[in-house]
Amino acid sequence: MRLIHAAALALTLCAAGIGCKKDVGASSSTGDIVIGEFASMTGGTASFGTSSHNGLLLAIDQANNAGGVLGRKIKLVTADDRSDVNEAVTAVQKLINSDGAVAIIGEVASKRSLAGGAICQRYKIPMLSPASTNPAVTVEDGKVKPWVFRICFTDDFQGSADGKFAGDKGWKRVAVLTDVDEDYSKGLSKFFKLAFAPHGEIIADESYRNSDRDFQSQLTRIAEKHPDAIYIPGYYTELKLIATQAASIGLKVPLFGGDGWDSPETVASDATQGDFYSDHYSGDDPAPRVQEFIKTFQARFGEKPGAMAVLGYDAGEVLIDAIKRAGKADPAAIRDALAATKDYPGVSGSITIDANHNARKSLVMLEIKDHAARLVKTYTPDEVEK
Amino acid sequence: MHDLIKQLLIGLSIGSTYALIALGYTMVYGVLRLINFAHGDVYMVGAVVGYYIAEKLIGHVPPWLVLLAVFAGAVVACCILGYLIELLAYRPLRKQPRLTLLITAIGVSLLLENLFQLPFIFGPTPRSYPPELREAFGHYFAPVTLGLSLVLMAILTWMVMKTKTGLALRAVSFRFDAAQLMGINTNRIISLTFMFGSGLAAVAGVLDAMRYDVRPLMGVMPGLKAFIAAVLGGIGNIPGALIGGLLIGVIETLLRGIILPQQYTSYTDAAAFMILIVILLVKPSGLLGRATQEKV
Repeated sequence: MRLIHAAALALTLCAAGIGCKKDVGASSSTGDIVIGEFASMTGGTASFGTSSHNGLLLAIDQANNAGGVLGRKIKLVTADDRSDVNEAVTAVQKLINSDGAVAIIGEVASKRSLAGGAICQRYKIPMLSPASTNPAVTVEDGKVKPWVFRICFTDDFQGSADGKFAGDKGWKRVAVLTDVDEDYSKGLSKFFKLAFAPHGEIIADESYRNSDRDFQSQLTRIAEKHPDAIYIPGYYTELKLIATQAASIGLKVPLFGGDGWDSPETVASDATQGDFYSDHYSGDDPAPRVQEFIKTFQARFGEKPGAMAVLGYDAGEVLIDAIKRAGKADPAAIRDALAATKDYPGVSGSITIDANHNARKSLVMLEIKDHAARLVKTYTPDEVEK
Repeated sequence: MHDLIKQLLIGLSIGSTYALIALGYTMVYGVLRLINFAHGDVYMVGAVVGYYIAEKLIGHVPPWLVLLAVFAGAVVACCILGYLIELLAYRPLRKQPRLTLLITAIGVSLLLENLFQLPFIFGPTPRSYPPELREAFGHYFAPVTLGLSLVLMAILTWMVMKTKTGLALRAVSFRFDAAQLMGINTNRIISLTFMFGSGLAAVAGVLDAMRYDVRPLMGVMPGLKAFIAAVLGGIGNIPGALIGGLLIGVIETLLRGIILPQQYTSYTDAAAFMILIVILLVKPSGLLGRATQEKV
């Protein structure tokens, strides 16, 4: 039975022109260059997917309007994973097998990037994640995944910066509320606790599940211990519920978290005003490249870009740049070019892919004030690792 | 001590929506001996209908009027849905083995869940009710939820115990064939049972949607817990469903907020279900259920 499965799989792969090495170059030297994107266009983290997709779309349209790449147009095929990890696997398989993508862009959520990355590893197709920060996305058990890259910082840095920020704020008693179903949240929580230890005390270490919608028990327990602030390294959908419920039980201390908060919904909520989160970029950055991007993005989509849109755009640009340098739309050549990315001037900062396939970049701490995210402070890697 | 009271209140307010859903499970089981697995999804449909009404009306009329319209609209829509589910999916199969009905119920549940994930119906992205509705309750949201459940349960009990329809319902539940022979319109009674149960689920759906949000799969977990609440209270028993629902809400809140050490709070559901297994091992017919012998 297994043999039949394997044979059927091999046949499908050959038919699609992927997997059989000889076919790759032959089938992809003419026509459009297909880039696959898997994203949470709908579901629990829909704003991640839609934002990064808009950014990516902008990058690809700009490249096509400028005459395309290697004399060919780029065709973006987007597969919605509905914010579900199993759907993400199916989506990546579809992009590679039936759409013939030579490279994959995705995902924002680390759990889904981990799942999609495993598929890209198997089919030897390069994958570039715009915003997944869990270290295991590119490096697992000390081994670098040859086909998976990202253009953002990782959670060891982000968690440490968040810990340093809490220390800088003078908070002595901090409670942590972790989403135990998300690799992202668990990783961030771990690195935050390590970094905060010299500055104060973790007075509560509570957790919740992805499917939970009532957090009042945990919040009540936290409130009893009178924290200075609460660290919530989760995603914006749950954060919004947590913030509302904290307000309703009269818990009025600042909440702070990581880039998983990045969504127009977080900024718009009344319950999150006065809270802080770390992110990849700030719209307050006066650099011309940033302000120019904001103007272009706003003209096209009618809203200010968040960090996910910026990273989606940068991911698209970095990938297009890699295809240009590779000189051919061949997965292995693109992979090598991606690995050699150096000092690419992205909107979210200069991007250099290091030996671990990560980008070493600065982080911004933002404060939500008057329904806008305002820059508080920038943390550079050197400053945090010190 | 103060903490315990706070956690108890949270538990009762969570439990009261479980209880409202559990009433529907238990009533349908009472008349048809069917576990209506689509019931949790009726709760979701109530929340969605309420969402659309709230979105249309908010800003045009005062919040309390919106609230009234949301509840009324969701209840009416779910009554119709409950009626249709019974009429189209269960009635044609009533003479079939009970397993067929059960599988049909799971089918209806999957149909509703996937239907509402379609973008032009609702889509998989969570959406929130306008915050004005929740704010209309001020700090009294939890007590109101609990009070509403108790009042609805009282009305239901009164209807079942004191009205002619209630008498007919009890007769059908006691013995289906004999009730039919006595001239009771069993089809009408069964339709009414589904409509009542679905209406209560709609109220629970709107309440939960107001304090959390609306999503197509929101009915899965509460539906499961309410089903267990009904079994715990003694399935087919109306006060049993209420007690079971409140008890599950309280048990899970106490486990999460007080009993379990903080690093294990994510195992709350597992621990809660374990306790229930133990209770059912000791008392297999549920807390208020009577042990009956199955006639062969």
